[in-house]
Amino acid sequence: MSRVRPPAVSLAMAMAKGFWRDRAAVFFAVIFPLMFLLLFGTLFSDGGTSRTSALQVGDVPLLDDAPPGARGVIAETIDVRRSDDLAAALGEIRQGDADAAVVQHGDSVQLYYSQADPVLASTVRGTFEAIVSSANIGASGQPPQYALEVETVEDETLSPVQYLTPGLLGWAIASGATFGAATSLLQWRTTGLLRRLRLAPVPAASVVTSRVGVSLGIALFQTAVFLATGMLVFGLELTGWWWLAFPLLIAGTLAFLSLGLLAGAVARTQEAAVAIANMVVLPMAFLSGSFFPLDGAPAWIRTVSQVLPLRHLNDGMLDVMVRGQGPTAVVLPLAVLLAFATVLTAVAALFFRWDT
Amino acid sequence: MQDAIAVAGLTKRYGGLTAVDDVSFTVATGEFFGILGPNGAGKTTTLEMIEGLRQPDGGSVTLLGEQPSLRRRSLLMRIGVQLQGSAFFERLTAREQLSTVASLYGIGDSRVDEMLNVVGLGDKGADRVEKLSGGQRQRLAIASALVHDPEVVFLDEPTAALDPQARRNLWDLLQGLSDSGRTVVLTTHYLDEAEALCDRVAIMDRGRILELDSPAALVRQLNAPLRVSIAPQELSAEQAAALPGVDSVRLDAGALILTTRQPEVVLSRLAAEGRLAGLQVHGASLEDVFLDLTGREFRS
Repeated sequence: MSRVRPPAVSLAMAMAKGFWRDRAAVFFAVIFPLMFLLLFGTLFSDGGTSRTSALQVGDVPLLDDAPPGARGVIAETIDVRRSDDLAAALGEIRQGDADAAVVQHGDSVQLYYSQADPVLASTVRGTFEAIVSSANIGASGQPPQYALEVETVEDETLSPVQYLTPGLLGWAIASGATFGAATSLLQWRTTGLLRRLRLAPVPAASVVTSRVGVSLGIALFQTAVFLATGMLVFGLELTGWWWLAFPLLIAGTLAFLSLGLLAGAVARTQEAAVAIANMVVLPMAFLSGSFFPLDGAPAWIRTVSQVLPLRHLNDGMLDVMVRGQGPTAVVLPLAVLLAFATVLTAVAALFFRWDT
Repeated sequence: MQDAIAVAGLTKRYGGLTAVDDVSFTVATGEFFGILGPNGAGKTTTLEMIEGLRQPDGGSVTLLGEQPSLRRRSLLMRIGVQLQGSAFFERLTAREQLSTVASLYGIGDSRVDEMLNVVGLGDKGADRVEKLSGGQRQRLAIASALVHDPEVVFLDEPTAALDPQARRNLWDLLQGLSDSGRTVVLTTHYLDEAEALCDRVAIMDRGRILELDSPAALVRQLNAPLRVSIAPQELSAEQAAALPGVDSVRLDAGALILTTRQPEVVLSRLAAEGRLAGLQVHGASLEDVFLDLTGREFRS
């Protein structure tokens, strides 16, 4: 007598194999979001450390004769190269190869810089004005009246990978669950498999359980791949309550499964279901801060984003994975996500059809 | 013996269209029963009401002594269904498909290989369904319907969209289905298929059953003349018309066709005169029965 698997298990295995053998589905659920993590992680990784590059044309005593302490500060902010020819130096600035050129005639220091990047331009100007003023103070022989003490404070602004990993993972989970539910519902309905399953002595709950199980498995796999990449490649650091992300991703998977069910129930063809899912998931990902923080977004966008389930998933994951917050941080996201799952499933049931 | 299926006054309406109109018949246990008709005749809807997939607007269905319902799991265990189309899980092999379906009925994998052999897919178990031919997919669908050894099997147009060779190969498999006392209900729009496979055939058109009997009895009732064709150079049309027993003569595409209700007279005369070159004799077929019943050519 050969062993018999419970129906829910064998249905889940059938769906899991179908997913794993569909290269496009695996690509869009796992590899595609991972590419964004690698891309953004690399692009933003050294954004804060770049130095201004300046060309020193001829002798510039302001820089050359600066006291040793000031010279160290200058070296930290400006990468000074020497050039003999002003025209060539200006050419380099126009090409974007250098940010500024500096020439000194007697006591007059002439600074050339490009306005192409306003932030960089003001940095260049500010830096040289500071150098000139401190040189002026030094030349006056008076001790400085004011001293600036600096100290950095850990604020809510996270390093890029700390911010990107939970957000992109939220997007990956949202699209994986939505597309998985929408396309398999369509395929089952259009081929008649749904009717075939209805005529099998299996409760509908087994079918639903197997689909939820497969989507949760995919979400866990996405999480493992994302955390491993974040930690090994970009030095992602998880905080103590990071495992609270698991209840969040379960609730998130349920919410986006129900969104996918709704798309699959409303659409008549596979293409339409994918289009509907895309139209909802991609804008939602942008508005929920999956790709970049919403701190700089207009207030109304931040308000609108509060109605999006992905916004709550992202916030919850950020709080527990990298901001070090505890269980209280997941209460609201869990409640919102489960409420979404309930409402969307009820709406999907209204549109549900067994056959075409 | 109790009838496997009893249908009385079955009616289904879709808006203004009456898809199934007051249909009544019984299917005996162990019978191979066919529902024959063109597309849109109401065959599939009738089948779906018997299976319990659709609620009838009128009439009653008794299936294995019970009222069909998708909630009666004991009843679902006793019926097997092959649906029109290809209701398979994507990207699974033939063996994985069948194993998944089997597990829904609490059947283990040992039966899976046995069933693949029964339907002639023993060497295709590791192939994905997407790679199977149309005929092989239909065989797999039939195996899925039979994997739990049901008492009643419903086959909805199992040979639709197959080429003639694949259809005939499939008939060999279908013919054996009712051997072990199993009841088979088959819908088809192929007249020759109904003739070859079914014990009794219900001819259905526009939601109604026009006639119900064994294929041979249906043809007999028609009392249609026999068509005898010979090579045209054997006789002129006038000579042929003058033969005793010949009702009419027609020259058609390189053959002289004589219609007769006394074939023994006509054939012995032709034999005596040695004019049998290119001889072919055609009896009436279900095609003629359909034409007779509806006044229309059968369009599949």
